[in-house]
Amino acid sequence: MRLSLQEVEHIARLARLELTDEQKARYRGQLEAILDHIAKLQELDTKDVPPTASASAEKLPLRADEPRPGLSKDELLKNAPEQADGQFKIPPVFE
Amino acid sequence: MPSLTELSLTEMQTGLREGQFPSRELVQAALDRIDSLEPSLHAFLHLAAESVLKQADAADHVGVTGQSPLYGIPIAIKDVLTVDGMPATAGSKILEGFRPPYTATAVKRLQDAGAIVIGKTNTDEFAMGSSTEHSAYGVTHNPWNLSRVPGGSSGGSAAAVAARLVPAALGTDTGGSVRQPASFCGVTGLKPTYGRVSRYGLIAFGSSLDCVGAFGRTAEDVAVIFEIMAGRDPLDATSADLPIESPSTSLHSAQGRGLQGIKIGVPQEYFIEGMQAEVKEGTQAAIAQLETLGAEVCEISLPHTEYALPVYYILAPAEASANLARFDGVRYGPRAEADSLRDVFFKTRGQKFGAEVTRRIMLGTYALSAGYYDAYYGQAQKVRTLIKRDFETAFEQVDLIACPATPTTAFEIGVHKGDPLSMYLEDVFTLPASLAGVPGISFPVGFDAKRLPIGMQLIAPHFREDLLFKATHIYQQATDWHKRKPEI
Repeated sequence: MRLSLQEVEHIARLARLELTDEQKARYRGQLEAILDHIAKLQELDTKDVPPTASASAEKLPLRADEPRPGLSKDELLKNAPEQADGQFKIPPVFE
Repeated sequence: MPSLTELSLTEMQTGLREGQFPSRELVQAALDRIDSLEPSLHAFLHLAAESVLKQADAADHVGVTGQSPLYGIPIAIKDVLTVDGMPATAGSKILEGFRPPYTATAVKRLQDAGAIVIGKTNTDEFAMGSSTEHSAYGVTHNPWNLSRVPGGSSGGSAAAVAARLVPAALGTDTGGSVRQPASFCGVTGLKPTYGRVSRYGLIAFGSSLDCVGAFGRTAEDVAVIFEIMAGRDPLDATSADLPIESPSTSLHSAQGRGLQGIKIGVPQEYFIEGMQAEVKEGTQAAIAQLETLGAEVCEISLPHTEYALPVYYILAPAEASANLARFDGVRYGPRAEADSLRDVFFKTRGQKFGAEVTRRIMLGTYALSAGYYDAYYGQAQKVRTLIKRDFETAFEQVDLIACPATPTTAFEIGVHKGDPLSMYLEDVFTLPASLAGVPGISFPVGFDAKRLPIGMQLIAPHFREDLLFKATHIYQQATDWHKRKPEI
């Protein structure tokens, strides 16, 4: 399985990761090796096999959708790198 | 009387109940031992030394009650579970300084039962790894040989229990992260059925796979922890609403009959070329011992075993890439300097995630990206069904499955550096049960020539943890591997 440098850059962009050129080269080689191993799955005919999305063996019970007390605003904000007026503060999105 | 840190969890319970020693002495003994051994082990990322002595005094003041089975007993928690009042880093720089405002349900239930959380243990970053070498805060050393890894990702908890720093500790297991370090450190470690223990307060890695598990020195000790923390929690929609038996009390009555009536299957696919001969022989000897103890043993086949690794390394990174999207430098953790919000995301994530986490986010993002979804993620989900069916078919014939926990004993620190795939192969024996959601337990069954522990794994049908505890307990009553301790 070959990955181009452009593909590696595309993946990093989708994942919002800023990588150095050295990192891009390294991950490219490592991801290729892992994808080669994963290619083994294509051997199997799964035409009539349904997918499994969860390991749950049980039908999961639902709870009533009712409001109840949660964490306070102060508790939620206390770990913020930056905050103002009781809100998370971020750099501008638009100029 | 031996040093208090030598006592098992159940022995501590008895000692406290009978007034042989106060909790303060027990906690102080643990702190002293941590003080002297932690510089060479590095099992902990955070210690709550002062507050725990106060908690011990408070426990002694109230005294033991019927409602508090763990009253006054020190335990350790893997640093991917939140504990109100303590930092939670998940072994990552991206959560440096984060102090969660709430406690994970599994931990809360242990605290409500009287347990004293003495600290948070080291882990591979976001539980991604098999050695703790991917922790952003340094590697934990194996108490049996300090140049070896303790396994991972719950390596700090496994090492802490093996070195007798605490009698029990919580870990988490997504693809083997409790069973593999338990095996490397010579302790007993349980991965419960998926959905048996609430994931509320567990920093998510692979949500369809993540399980909260426990380490102890004996199956009996692990059963005590398990029955307290298991059970339905409205805060985790995937937690099952099924009754929990009291396996720890039923163990005593089980002993007399041995393993008569229990049928154990040995999957031929788990004895592969390239595995360490001593691990193979040790496991086979333990299976023979189970037979001597009354079990009926037969060979079985789990034909899709070899596909578990590729399935896992699509599904777990895919889920991780979505789960870890929340770490963006906005609501918690450090933020990289940047002029725009876009750059805050790219720089914070680029700088603060370690190499293994970045690799898995990339892999998962690729597997989920347009044009590749069906070939990778879709196909992996279907093969996961085949792996699940392997277990369903096997459990029509047998009650338990016995196999090695790992292909080798603990490896040298640094040996897999730069070759992630070779590290992934360390988990080949634990991944299938994770994908099927069935419970597994790992416990020591011998030592190799280098005096490193060999672990065996038992796997049971969904929600049959009681069978795992029973078989392991009966084995441990007849053997003393679990009583050996590292000379440290």
